[in-house]
Amino acid sequence: MNVSLNRRSFLGTLAASGAILSAPAVLGQSRPRVVVIGGGAGGATCARYIAKGSAGAIDVTLVEPAEVYYTCFFSNLYLGGFRDFDSLGHRYDKLTGDYGITHARARAAGVDRDARSVTLEGGETLSYDRLVIAPGIDFVDGSVPGWDLSRAGIMPHAYKAGPQTRLLKAQVEAMPEGGTFCMVAPPNPYRCPPGPYERVSMVAHVLKARNPTARILIVDPKEKFSKQGLFEEGWQSHYPGMITRIGPDFGGDKVEVRPDTMEIAIDGEVEKVDVCNVIPAQKAGMIAAAAGVTDDKGWAPVNPHSMASRADANVFVIGDASSQGDMPKSGFSANSQAKVAAMNIRAELTGSTAFPAKYSNTCWSLIDTDDGIKVGASYEATDEKIASVESFVSQTGEDADLRKATYEESLGWYAGITADIFG
Amino acid sequence: MAGRAGIFMIAGLAFFAAPGVSEVRASDTGPPGNGAPIWAECSGCHQIGPEATNAIGPNLNGIFGRKAAALDNFQYSKSLARAGRDGLIWTYETLDAYIANPRVFASGTRMSYPGLKDAAKRADLLAYLRDFSDKPRDIPEAEPTARRAMPELSADVRALAGDPEYGAYLASECLTCHQTSGADRGIPSITLWPTEDFVLAMHAYKQKLRPHPVMQMMAGRLSDGEIAALAAYFADLKE
Repeated sequence: MNVSLNRRSFLGTLAASGAILSAPAVLGQSRPRVVVIGGGAGGATCARYIAKGSAGAIDVTLVEPAEVYYTCFFSNLYLGGFRDFDSLGHRYDKLTGDYGITHARARAAGVDRDARSVTLEGGETLSYDRLVIAPGIDFVDGSVPGWDLSRAGIMPHAYKAGPQTRLLKAQVEAMPEGGTFCMVAPPNPYRCPPGPYERVSMVAHVLKARNPTARILIVDPKEKFSKQGLFEEGWQSHYPGMITRIGPDFGGDKVEVRPDTMEIAIDGEVEKVDVCNVIPAQKAGMIAAAAGVTDDKGWAPVNPHSMASRADANVFVIGDASSQGDMPKSGFSANSQAKVAAMNIRAELTGSTAFPAKYSNTCWSLIDTDDGIKVGASYEATDEKIASVESFVSQTGEDADLRKATYEESLGWYAGITADIFG
Repeated sequence: MAGRAGIFMIAGLAFFAAPGVSEVRASDTGPPGNGAPIWAECSGCHQIGPEATNAIGPNLNGIFGRKAAALDNFQYSKSLARAGRDGLIWTYETLDAYIANPRVFASGTRMSYPGLKDAAKRADLLAYLRDFSDKPRDIPEAEPTARRAMPELSADVRALAGDPEYGAYLASECLTCHQTSGADRGIPSITLWPTEDFVLAMHAYKQKLRPHPVMQMMAGRLSDGEIAALAAYFADLKE
């Protein structure tokens, strides 16, 4: 039903707007091609909306090595025991079966923007009329002295959902009685601003039941963090005395880790820990840099009206990898940006209407059983950046019914957004 | 199926409830006057007065000034429970809006009452209900500071025809949370609503007459035409 509806509206617009004149180069040839790199909240949404909206008029290939994608959002709830791991997994069957998207199960190795082609790890090349880069994040080498990816088996980052998430959960459950869980929190900007603090809440939830004398240490280079008042109120009431946070005023920005001895040094002072979750500084996924669309900070600047790269109008960068202004790096933001990019790509390739961009974001976090909080904002495109228009955040002191409803709302949101991403 | 069972129960209970109502009417608690005959329509499900208990609907003693869905021993619809958590208080204004069109006010309410369009009759009914709230003399006919719960919309705005193609784009933002399947766990369904109800609900959020913060924000930046476009799109949406 969606397909016929969209085909109808697509043809109607084409005829009505005289759009054929605006895209003659592409409409004249065989089906225009879009390649989307990355099958997460940004990439999969974008692929789906291009294919759905164009009703077969655009050839869409999704480059994603995984057969099953595990969402980073809600992976903290797995750590806390509120969800099983499989519930985070989503397949691409509907994107390929219902929307005719080709799933190239490979990693993208390079982009030749002059030739308009993507090279896959196996050597195959895919040509494109428009390219969408949605690789999420990679970690900045050396941002936490003593740690690199090769040590993630000892001190997991668990900031891309998958085996790392399971490893961290296993480590938490194996902690000795009265042991120490340490989190090295990342500097701004990073994926999912409340994520580290929701994670601490979930680890505390597990420890409170299994290992109540254990303690949690957050080493944080930031002066303040997302939903801070709400988290600190929740920690005080649910996990009194368990969580200590060391900010930059006490050396939280000067941490070194020693995976071999399971030690950390905070401004030179050495401490033994039992689990160490290192969330390093972040940058755009490496393919964005390989494509030459990133800036000196490692993120890809985009046109706020369309999500097209500032460096190349044929390339769109969405989600965590983009540098766009005020939106947080979140699955919700990526999904929102993907729809704007998809609409503009369709307009450029098939002459459908490009409406003014609208963006929004809401992040829910869970502090303890049925104690959910949220923060959100709406955004509009200015020439300079995606700018926040209006925002809201949960309040301290809310009653238990409202917090429970907020948590239930987040479950509804998860079901909604994953259906919107994966079909 | 639940709806059908509900209708049978309403029919059955009306007979039992009626004598109680006449007792209340005969009592000297207040001058229900013109509201009493209208109350008879409500009394199939609701009870009021000294002997009132919860029935199909909650008892309405002390309804003025009470938080929505506040009685412990009554199971409310998710919609009203949510409105209560979001801070809805029953005032002259909010009750007036609810009675005018229950489903526009709280989309998932189980109150199977189509609404009372006649404002004068609603005023009569509210005057009747007021007499069963605490200190009725302290409850003004309409609080000067009370917020309206129903948006005031010009005939032009109500009559706007939405562009479904634009609606399809705008709707993509709604579909991050609300599902095309109409699934409503945690987040309400918004598909297949009559367009007028959809338009009224969105304007109620836009004017911050409905309390939910996410929806106030989302609706707040939609123009009249954009709301009409969304209404048109969701009214016909099939999975």
